[in-house]
Amino acid sequence: MTTAAEARQKAPLWVRWLLPKDAPLYQRNDAVIGWLMAAPALIILTVFLVIPFFMAFFWSFTNQRLISPNPTEWVGLRNFGRLLNVQVFNLEPERDAAGHIVYEEGAIQYPRLRTFTRNNPDYPHLDGLREFTSWQSGENRTVILVGDVVFLRALINTLIFAAVIAPLQGGLALVLALLLNQALPFINVFRSVYFAPVVVSMVVVSLLWRFIYDGHNGLLNTILGILSFGNFQPVDWLGNPYTAMPALIAMSAWQAVGFHMVIWLAGLQTIPASLYEAAGLDGAGAWQKFRYVTWPGLRNTAVLVLIVITIQAMGLFVQVDVMTRGGPLDATQSVVFQAVQRGYDKQDIAEGSAISVVLFIIVFIIAMVQRYITREKE
Amino acid sequence: MAKRKFGISFVQVVNHTRCKMKKALSVVLFVVLLLSMSGIANAQTELSLWYHGAGNETERSILLGIIDDFNMAQSEYTVVLEEFPQESYNSSIVAAALAGDLPDIIDVDGPVMPGWAWSGYMQPLNLSEGALDDFLPGAIGEWHGEVYSVGLWDAAVSIYARRSVLEAHDIRIPTLDDPWSGDEFDAILEQLQASGDYEYALDLGMAWTGEWYPYAFSPFLQSFGGDMIDRSTYLTAEGVLNGEAGVAFGEWWQSLFERGLAPGTSQDGADRETGFIDGKYALQWNGNWAGINTLAAVGDDLLFLPAPDFGSGSTIGAASWQFGISSSSMNAEGANAFIEHAIQDEYLAAFSDGIGLIPATAGAAALSEHYSEGGALEVYFGLSEAQALVRPVTPGYATVALVFEKALADIANGADVQDTLDAAVDEIDQDIEDNMGYGFGDM
Amino acid sequence: MRSLSFENQQRLLIGLRYALLILIAMIFIFPIVFMVVSSLKPDMQLLRDSGSLRAFLPVGDISLDNYADAFERVPMLQFFFNSVFTTVVSVAAALWLNSMAAFSFAFLQWRGKALVLSLIIATFIVPFEVIAIPLLMVVNSLPWLGPGGIEIGWLNSYHVQIIPFIADSLGIFLFYQYFRDLPDELVEAARIDGASIWQIYTRIIMPIAGPILATVAILKFLGMWNAYIWPLMTIRSEELRPIMVGLQYFFQLNTAWGEIMAYLSVVTIPVLLFYLALQRAFIESIATSGIKG
Repeated sequence: MTTAAEARQKAPLWVRWLLPKDAPLYQRNDAVIGWLMAAPALIILTVFLVIPFFMAFFWSFTNQRLISPNPTEWVGLRNFGRLLNVQVFNLEPERDAAGHIVYEEGAIQYPRLRTFTRNNPDYPHLDGLREFTSWQSGENRTVILVGDVVFLRALINTLIFAAVIAPLQGGLALVLALLLNQALPFINVFRSVYFAPVVVSMVVVSLLWRFIYDGHNGLLNTILGILSFGNFQPVDWLGNPYTAMPALIAMSAWQAVGFHMVIWLAGLQTIPASLYEAAGLDGAGAWQKFRYVTWPGLRNTAVLVLIVITIQAMGLFVQVDVMTRGGPLDATQSVVFQAVQRGYDKQDIAEGSAISVVLFIIVFIIAMVQRYITREKE
Repeated sequence: MAKRKFGISFVQVVNHTRCKMKKALSVVLFVVLLLSMSGIANAQTELSLWYHGAGNETERSILLGIIDDFNMAQSEYTVVLEEFPQESYNSSIVAAALAGDLPDIIDVDGPVMPGWAWSGYMQPLNLSEGALDDFLPGAIGEWHGEVYSVGLWDAAVSIYARRSVLEAHDIRIPTLDDPWSGDEFDAILEQLQASGDYEYALDLGMAWTGEWYPYAFSPFLQSFGGDMIDRSTYLTAEGVLNGEAGVAFGEWWQSLFERGLAPGTSQDGADRETGFIDGKYALQWNGNWAGINTLAAVGDDLLFLPAPDFGSGSTIGAASWQFGISSSSMNAEGANAFIEHAIQDEYLAAFSDGIGLIPATAGAAALSEHYSEGGALEVYFGLSEAQALVRPVTPGYATVALVFEKALADIANGADVQDTLDAAVDEIDQDIEDNMGYGFGDM
Repeated sequence: MRSLSFENQQRLLIGLRYALLILIAMIFIFPIVFMVVSSLKPDMQLLRDSGSLRAFLPVGDISLDNYADAFERVPMLQFFFNSVFTTVVSVAAALWLNSMAAFSFAFLQWRGKALVLSLIIATFIVPFEVIAIPLLMVVNSLPWLGPGGIEIGWLNSYHVQIIPFIADSLGIFLFYQYFRDLPDELVEAARIDGASIWQIYTRIIMPIAGPILATVAILKFLGMWNAYIWPLMTIRSEELRPIMVGLQYFFQLNTAWGEIMAYLSVVTIPVLLFYLALQRAFIESIATSGIKG
């Protein structure tokens, strides 16, 4: 009798190609059918997703414009350099003729940054850079100068958005799912109602919430005013740099929480009732049942929900586009909004593509880290 | 034979139906044949026309009227209309251009035209001598000395005010020859705000993001002596946007919001539309297209006042939607014939009556309801004639407009004026450099 | 004071629970109520009411005028048909192709599977907006068998709205997650009984995939029904436009808010119905399967 490995050696090349390493030959049928079954979806994904993405990837190394008679040229890493250029600069205080530091109202006076960053032949490496942030160090100020303030803000905003919304929305969705995972009368009505915002397109939702967040006579201010018996000072939710992003987060969570609630519900339904009964017989309380029966049973669902929310959050776009267009003062800039604005509106498809590539790399790393952290421990 | 009880069998029914279907099919085939033959007999060339007004019944019916007249008047060409919603019209055109699928006649927004002309999407018009002599300058789209597009109308912006309010506060009513000066205007805003009768003295329309910002607000900058770009070279914005005049404008702009004289960037769209009518705002900076509705609500008390003069004269934005011909059109002759047909005074007047815009010629204005002598919006024709200044005529305008919009929004929200304008200049200049000067000079 | 009897305590708890459920329901439903109520009001009143609780009440000058006007402005029936057609075809095709691929990943052994699976998950990361332009160029260069033979370019058609979106990585991922949780014995037992792989897929796995089928169907339905950017880029003829594009018809010089609300109400209802219909199937399939444990 020949061993599996020997049989494999003798098999035609295509069979060996299809089979996993060390797989016995009789699985060849599986391998062929496996490929065939996956092929239609894979072909479509390749043609309509992977190829366009690689086109964008290629453009990110060129000066490609959306519309232009100029020839396309290879520019190497220029687009990425512009996005990610960061310099540290020590700003020295202003001194009078005698060399003493100039004070005004007790504060050290500094020269304007633009004297260094604009057409100053002594500081060519700072040309065109802008202040991102700065802090005091001794009598100097340390300034972080960056090439693309807006992109950096967009990146940080998007990361914050994702970091807040993933636990917030996932957690709320789980609470709702637990509330609704009961055989009570009318429970289906509630399920449908909680899901209702999901079926409304984000464009529509954003339009509606502009009415709600309005600073003067928005519905939110009105309701808060009534609940506080008129003690509430109206807030211009989308017009204030400190409230704009939280407002977007709240609305986004409101819109999508129903969807993840359904995923949690589907996960909850796969936990056999017998486990709860057994736990009940062992005298477990509600919390213990959740901790030792529900949560372990939801492990895969949790990974799914977390990854889906994070990835969707990193693609933040419609809310920003319809509600704030990145403002006020860049408080709601997002990476995809910048990619779209530069690629389409400013017709700089190369820069837009470069942003997409950076986004892809970041999300890929996040997803890998999440998968690593939540991996099933052996 | 119990089954024959009902007279005919199932098989017969099927056969009968088949027969019918065959007959129907042959009739259809015959009709198709006839139709295709008639097509051959006429041998008319189809001209496709894309228009931005999907969803507007009035515009559609007027335009279809023009097209029908043209199709009837000659036998060589048939114009076929395809409508797109305005909000996304430009994206549709750019997508079509990328796909090499442009129509013969395109409808193009004035400031966008140079970009399309430079990119080779459009070809110059070839109208007969003098066809555009009487046109408002804002209705003619020129690029590098050639006319690429012409509009049937123009739009204009003015300050909406109530006569009764101005009189009650003892405020002089300005005229085209003697507009409010910058200081005077500022003092009026302070005075109206201080009266406590209004939430805000002035509604600038900050809710209307997008093209409204450069269109409506760059005239203030120009009146201060600055501009969005140096129009002498079109190669830089340095010193023009961020020069002394630019900074002076920026400081004033910022102060409007700091002093609470005008609602800021988060203004609700609803307030923009009803605020002035409801008396929340004392004055409103708005386009003539809102004139008829506001007039209906406010009545004779309503005034349309010219822009203030901050030192370098009063200007307002110009250029609206215009017709041009795509470079890929094989039937430029027919397309030119259609455009020449469409720019007759009667059609200009019809559009003006239908949608309230300013007819592009004096002759059409005289025919129109609102812009003829004594018409409710007559003042706008004068405004357009006297003060209109087209937005920078460069393919770089797409970027300039967005950068300017962001700068103005940021300044309104408290960003440092000089730094913001510097950054805007850098971005505009970088874009020009990346595009090798957009065809201006050598770079 | 007598303490509550056990029964009354239970009743109170249930009452509290319902109160909580209703409170939450109000949070989720109020913008939609606002939308529907606003659709009955003339523009001016709508805008004025938007700042008070009147926004939720059908008071004042109530009529269906906005609906009539919206129907007049937009060829709604045509758009509606187009959306239903593209959506139904996409959903059906998506359920089939994605579940089939996921089945292959979950139950069959073939070389490169792990790599392909991680690549698929990676493609989920790409937001549509950033590949729209290159995608346009791709579809514009693809062949299609038309009435006049082979044509190049897919623009202005139904298939350009459907085919690029049939396969999606999230769908495959959801199916895969679900299948992976199914007990291996299910497949092994069938194999021992001599069932072919195709039979296992169609007769054993799919019938118990109800919940995940419903989830993927809802997701795909929403994506297709709300399609917006892509049709604007690829569709020239009014006869082929889907329903969400119609929203743009209302943003004229003077935005017709009342008509927008009416249009949105009409657009939203079918989706709610679709969800309600599927939700029942989804619950039932869970109740009857009882496959785990």
